Amino acid sequence: MSTVDGVAMVTLILADARFPGGGHVHSGGVEEAAARGLVTGEADLAGFLRGRLRTAGELGAVFAAASAHAAAAGATAGHWRLLDEELDARTPSAAQRAASRAQGRGAVRAGRRAWPSAVLEGLLAAVPRPHHPVVLGALVAGAGGGPSDAALCAGYLAVSGPASAAVRLLGLDPFGANAAVAALDAELRAVVATATAAAALAPADLPAQSSPGLDLLAEAHDRRHREEVRLFAS
Amino acid sequence: MNFDPTATEPDPHPPARSAGRAVRIGIGGPVGSGKTALVAALCRALGDRLNLAVVTNDIYTTEDADFLRAAGVLAPDRIEAVQTGCCPHTAIRDDITANLDAVELLEQRFPGLDLVIIESGGDNLTAVFSRGLVDSQVFVVDVAGGDKVPRKGGPGVTTADLLVINKIDLAEQVGADLTVMAADAHRMRGELPVISQSLVRTPDAPEVTDWVLAQLA
Repeated sequence: MSTVDGVAMVTLILADARFPGGGHVHSGGVEEAAARGLVTGEADLAGFLRGRLRTAGELGAVFAAASAHAAAAGATAGHWRLLDEELDARTPSAAQRAASRAQGRGAVRAGRRAWPSAVLEGLLAAVPRPHHPVVLGALVAGAGGGPSDAALCAGYLAVSGPASAAVRLLGLDPFGANAAVAALDAELRAVVATATAAAALAPADLPAQSSPGLDLLAEAHDRRHREEVRLFAS
Repeated sequence: MNFDPTATEPDPHPPARSAGRAVRIGIGGPVGSGKTALVAALCRALGDRLNLAVVTNDIYTTEDADFLRAAGVLAPDRIEAVQTGCCPHTAIRDDITANLDAVELLEQRFPGLDLVIIESGGDNLTAVFSRGLVDSQVFVVDVAGGDKVPRKGGPGVTTADLLVINKIDLAEQVGADLTVMAADAHRMRGELPVISQSLVRTPDAPEVTDWVLAQLA
């Protein structure tokens, strides 16, 4: 297993903002929240990120961990389809489902070159355009990582991208935004623990935190984009 | 291998072009240099001869796409606008995912595409297209941006497959010396080509059109 102090290199690369998987065009609701004056500075951002990590972040972490577990257990095509469908069912916003599948596609394109694996091809044969967390789990597992690596990656990405978007949209102090992400250390560990503990559950039994606020922001972002300027895809 | 940082030469790597897919040409350059007008001119000149589509990366998302659609130079469904998350240079160079998605969408929508023109959002002199996204690229500067621009160099000016010096009809009004601009451009670019043009004088950009056709040959 290609691990350094327990974390596989694949996790670091997937979580790196320089990973060329298309993540930089998604704000995770920050652009819409900023446009509505709901996020205006570092204090608002910290609260937004905390909420995002405990809801959308935990959901992504749970499914990334379950995907990595399934990959290691030699998942059937039917299992991959079920896992992807169960994440669909836990993502009520159509705009968020589209954003997740777009990022999944980007991660597949970049990840196929870096970590080609039978596991990834098996997933894609069953689900041609999987959700982002499902792809993360398969990529991590294909490169020798485990469910906790995949969960760490998904949970971190749920807040790192939005924090960067806030810097770009609001001109926030980048040191402040970075510190806001770093302050989530304990909560990210808790999310990873929850996700790792649930990784072996049947897809239908996977826990799901919901965030109606993020769902509404995602839908509003998509609707507004057709009327006025939106710089991010979501 | 030449380690002289001021030396320029064509990219030694063969473009990674798989057989049968559309040729992809990037058009980059600073804000207001005339990228969209050049794309419109190319569409007018080539739209009837080639199976053609356009991807735009304007920071204001649909502004350039709307301009092209309103200009009527290409069917609206042949133009896709990409959102770049405030980072137009990232979307054409460091993380080309959104642009590749748009290109592949157009290739699926119009099987047998000959050419996809990808217009960057207006950016700085260092913003060039990744070779993973385009087969060749044009960098557009204009005389109104100052006649020192070619001398300043940067990867756009020095390494683009074609440098276009645009709006030469304005040279007198803005006090730009065209001779200096062209001489600087050639000095910075070595053997790489430079075209000076004015879309007021030649609305169909004949020299750039010929260069584009040569890329498809």
